Amino acid sequence: MSAARQDAAAATPAMRVETPLARFWSEFAESRLALFGLALLTLVALIALLAPLIAPQNPYDLNQLDIMDARLAPGEVSGDGRITYWLGTDGQGRDMLSAMMYGLRISLSVGALSAIFAMALGTIVGLVAAWLGGRWEAVIMRIVDIQLGFPAILVALILLSVLGQGVDKVLIALVIVQWAYFARTARGSALVERRREYIEAASCLDLSGPRIVLRHLLPNCLPPLIVIATIQVAEAIALEATLSFLGLGVPVTEPSLGMLIANGFNFLLSGYYWISVFPGLLLAVAIVAINLVGDQLRDVLNPRLRK
Amino acid sequence: MLVFIIRRLLQSLLALAVMSLLVFVGVYLIGDPVAILASPDATEVDREQIARALGLDRPLWEQYAVFVGEALRGNFGKSFVFGQPAMGLIFERMGATVELALVATVVSILVGLPLGIYAGLRPDGIAGRSIMAGSILGFSLPTFWVGLMLIMIFAVQLGLLPASGRGQVGSFLGLHSSLFTLNGIVHLILPATTLALVRAATTIRLARAGVREVLHMDYVKFARAKGLPERRVIGVHVLKNIMIPIVTVTGLEIGSVIAFAVVTETIYAWPGMGKLLIDSIVNLDRPVVVAYLIVVLFILVMLNLIVDILYSVLDPRVRLGEQKG
Repeated sequence: MSAARQDAAAATPAMRVETPLARFWSEFAESRLALFGLALLTLVALIALLAPLIAPQNPYDLNQLDIMDARLAPGEVSGDGRITYWLGTDGQGRDMLSAMMYGLRISLSVGALSAIFAMALGTIVGLVAAWLGGRWEAVIMRIVDIQLGFPAILVALILLSVLGQGVDKVLIALVIVQWAYFARTARGSALVERRREYIEAASCLDLSGPRIVLRHLLPNCLPPLIVIATIQVAEAIALEATLSFLGLGVPVTEPSLGMLIANGFNFLLSGYYWISVFPGLLLAVAIVAINLVGDQLRDVLNPRLRK
Repeated sequence: MLVFIIRRLLQSLLALAVMSLLVFVGVYLIGDPVAILASPDATEVDREQIARALGLDRPLWEQYAVFVGEALRGNFGKSFVFGQPAMGLIFERMGATVELALVATVVSILVGLPLGIYAGLRPDGIAGRSIMAGSILGFSLPTFWVGLMLIMIFAVQLGLLPASGRGQVGSFLGLHSSLFTLNGIVHLILPATTLALVRAATTIRLARAGVREVLHMDYVKFARAKGLPERRVIGVHVLKNIMIPIVTVTGLEIGSVIAFAVVTETIYAWPGMGKLLIDSIVNLDRPVVVAYLIVVLFILVMLNLIVDILYSVLDPRVRLGEQKG
């Protein structure tokens, strides 16, 4: 506990008991940069959630597109004067702002879903490895080591070339790439936690193995896993964008941000910069926001850095 | 030491064998190469002929047995598309990729190390904070997008640097490299910078963390107490000790730089093996994909080994022989 907070506690004696959540929040809020990241992340998430309501145009509805409006510069008005293309249009006359909002939905949900699935899978495997010990643990951790030895982009590329295209295939590939990080972290903290007294106490009560692992071990292993999960969401978004850019990610019909950037690549050399630049900026903002939050979470949730 | 190296080599061979099986089975499931090679009006007989010529009509395990037998003799089959030995194609293009990866790694250290040390010495100054903010950006910005932006600024808008290709390749002492001609170096600038960005960000963070830790050590205080000039304290006593994690991480990451060159090569039309991999995946050119993976696996496994050995040289506290596998 910092000196400042002790003073604050002394100033309002016995009135406010700090709940763990309140303490977590006040520690998190110590960094203005992290608060900025959180605000940015909230904004980005809201835009993605509300895209169908706030986007000027449905970019998937071909009836709303006018090929005559193709490659209009930012700020120009459509031929029939109905909408202003604040961020310009792409090669098919699609409003970039709308396309980016919908693309953000796909990028964020692919990133978040793959991290959640990978966390569930990796955590279970890691906890089981730590709980069983012995040969099982050795085999599982060997697999984890081997997998982490290979660059994520390479594994994902090969998986996608085998699985084929589609959002579901991208999700599978990302989960396979990421589960090992969670497994290693979960096992690491489970090995520390299982030597603690409360686990011993639970064992003395003759609770079943699964119950001890799920109800006692798991909650205490969560903090480092949450940090990894945050960082992996950012990783997954970047990876999905890269794969889509290489032509092995999500299908063209529902472009993610990476796909939008790839489409703009062909126009970049002719000077139509906005088709690539704006989706890329949005992608960067989303990833930076997540990383800022993740950085601060790591500091707050790391017991070794506790002041 | 010798026992350690032999044991590690055996482990590496086992890993290679397992991975080759996985790769082969995995890649076998990719589409049907006959459909791509045969002309649209080919008859059923033509198709069978093509399949037989490629050995695709035999059962999977037999194909694998043939593959392993041939692989041990260094033959990975002929490319379906080019009609040349797959390994030869990879080796032809490997030079360009290795050159790109090495230059990028060197650039990332030359840029990242001084910046990281500076940020570590003055963590609260404006420059130190800006450097750290920059490194977060370096992590977060997707490489391919940074590449596109560099092309837009330096090639399209300013017209200063070429945006694609490798340029002239010179040779010196039997080595072929773009580094030996001015035209080649100019072509190398943008791709190498793009590829170096993420690595530089990591190096900055490692160097900064290392400096902040080492500065409080007794030997640094003692060196200062002896009255050594600050330049020597930082340049020798601090630098030597922060190099251990940096060398380890940089060494291990050369493999992933080579893998990530896939993206950079695609953007800049760099004629390396990464671009060949993407083309081969698109064309279902199975032997080339397998040959690429085997080569990269081999590089990764060897890098791991070399880094482990280097580690023990840099840090005498590490005793390799005592590790139980």
